[in-house]
Amino acid sequence: MRVDRPTLRRWLMLTPALLVTGVLFGVSMYYGISQSLGYLPFIGATRVSLDAYASVLGGATPAGREFWAALGFSLWVTGISTLLSAVAALLLAVALSHRRRPAHQATLLALNANLALPHMVWAIALLLLLAQSGLIARIAAALGLIATPAEFPVLVRDQAGIGIILHYVSKEIPFLVLIVLAVLRTQGHAYAEVATTLGAGPWMRVWRVTLPLVWPGLSAGALLVFAFIFGAYEVPALLGVSYPRVLAVLALDYFLNADLNRRAEGMAISLIMTVVVVGLGLLVRRIDGSER
Amino acid sequence: MARNAEDKLVDGDGFSRWPAYLGYALLYLLLLGPVVGLVLYAGSTRWFFPDLLPVTWTFETFWRQLSNARTQQAIGTSLLLGGVVTLLALVIALPAARTLGLERFPGRSLVLLLLFLPTIVPPLATGMGLNIIFLRLGLAGSLAGVVLVHLIPVLPYTIFALIGVFVRYDEGYEQQARTLGAGPWRILWQVTLPLAGPGMAVAALFAFLVSWSQYVLTLLIGGGRVITLPMLLFAAVAGGNPATIAALALIFAGPPLLAIALAARALTERTTTVGQQY
Repeated sequence: MRVDRPTLRRWLMLTPALLVTGVLFGVSMYYGISQSLGYLPFIGATRVSLDAYASVLGGATPAGREFWAALGFSLWVTGISTLLSAVAALLLAVALSHRRRPAHQATLLALNANLALPHMVWAIALLLLLAQSGLIARIAAALGLIATPAEFPVLVRDQAGIGIILHYVSKEIPFLVLIVLAVLRTQGHAYAEVATTLGAGPWMRVWRVTLPLVWPGLSAGALLVFAFIFGAYEVPALLGVSYPRVLAVLALDYFLNADLNRRAEGMAISLIMTVVVVGLGLLVRRIDGSER
Repeated sequence: MARNAEDKLVDGDGFSRWPAYLGYALLYLLLLGPVVGLVLYAGSTRWFFPDLLPVTWTFETFWRQLSNARTQQAIGTSLLLGGVVTLLALVIALPAARTLGLERFPGRSLVLLLLFLPTIVPPLATGMGLNIIFLRLGLAGSLAGVVLVHLIPVLPYTIFALIGVFVRYDEGYEQQARTLGAGPWRILWQVTLPLAGPGMAVAALFAFLVSWSQYVLTLLIGGGRVITLPMLLFAAVAGGNPATIAALALIFAGPPLLAIALAARALTERTTTVGQQY
């Protein structure tokens, strides 16, 4: 088989990236799966078993007793955060897309600045601002709404994950707004104008004209947001409580355990998380693909 | 009716304007307000409920954090790590992004799928999988090991940003330069870099930010021996007082905000955005 020069050159250009990603990723998956199956020949463990998965899914061990609650909590926090930030981003982008140049640039800059702030910085700011004696509670006290810190609602480190959700909604809106804005600014407003001339109201226009237009970008962005939140550790660790906790916190806790069986369970949980997000990604791609 | 509709379009988007102004004010407050909150906390001493503002102000906490040897060491490690990762990511990503941005070929979507898989798979899972083998290879606890593992989340975003640059790149200019007798290096310096330079700078900046913000991967591979700023910050939240935590958080937020300010023109002039998440 003869390979022509342009083809050879093209694959040579792709090789470094494919090699680095492929090797690091492949090796990590291989050892991750081996470890979750209890197969670690260099420490003498050669018996392959599904024990870790059985105890995680079956609820026999401490990790297993917490697994389903953690899965539910993770899905709740991730799902509601993704949904709220996508809806808010869509409306916000529509409102912002008509702004004139200087105002538009200022908004872009503010959105980018927010995006550049590390998640940990944002989480710490929320922790300080929303605590029962935080700045917001002080403002409420100054307005006479509350008298003591205890009267302020528990918004961070709360059982329902409100702090984590507030964090992600506020931090992911800029990310999605920038994606939607990029589409709206390049597509122009011709469709919206036609719809208006035909008598469509603003809400109708968002639903029937803008949403279909930005859907490919918005759904891809929302999928990234979902995967990111579902797998994230720092923010739920900083803004969450010890029960219920998200899968990522549960997985790392068990993985760092000295007991090898516990480590295998932690590894199994993180691989189950991988299956959930990759499965969802394939599903979204499929739905998007069949619509076109 | 038609006239009415036209007026509305000139005005804005047809939503009434009043809530819109309120909305903008709220938007800026939400986007940047918490940073102002951090500044308040970092500058406060003995700030008790229900005082709205600190009674006395001081920069002392901030300076004490900044002159702390551990903090300085962590800043150095974070900068070195981010710099090396960014450089490596650019060298690896540039040829791939150029090919993916300029050409359509069989297997392209499969390549994209593989390169972007790390943005979907939790970094926790990748880090845990690599933990044991890096331990065996002696890479765990070393800067080199952490550089390698940072490349996993950094590469896809760098490639993604650079594809955006090369999609709008016209190879014709290079061909013209070649026809006029320019060698490959001259073409790189005088044609490619001036054309793609600003976009590459933005990609580099975001590559740096992804590495700068990493916590879990550094923890799993650095094993407590590679101490970056996020590690210090996480430890501080567990035991520090609000002023210390806020000061450290501001130090951590400084370089990203500075970088955005430096790249302000490139970021606002372009209609495309660096799809970014870290």
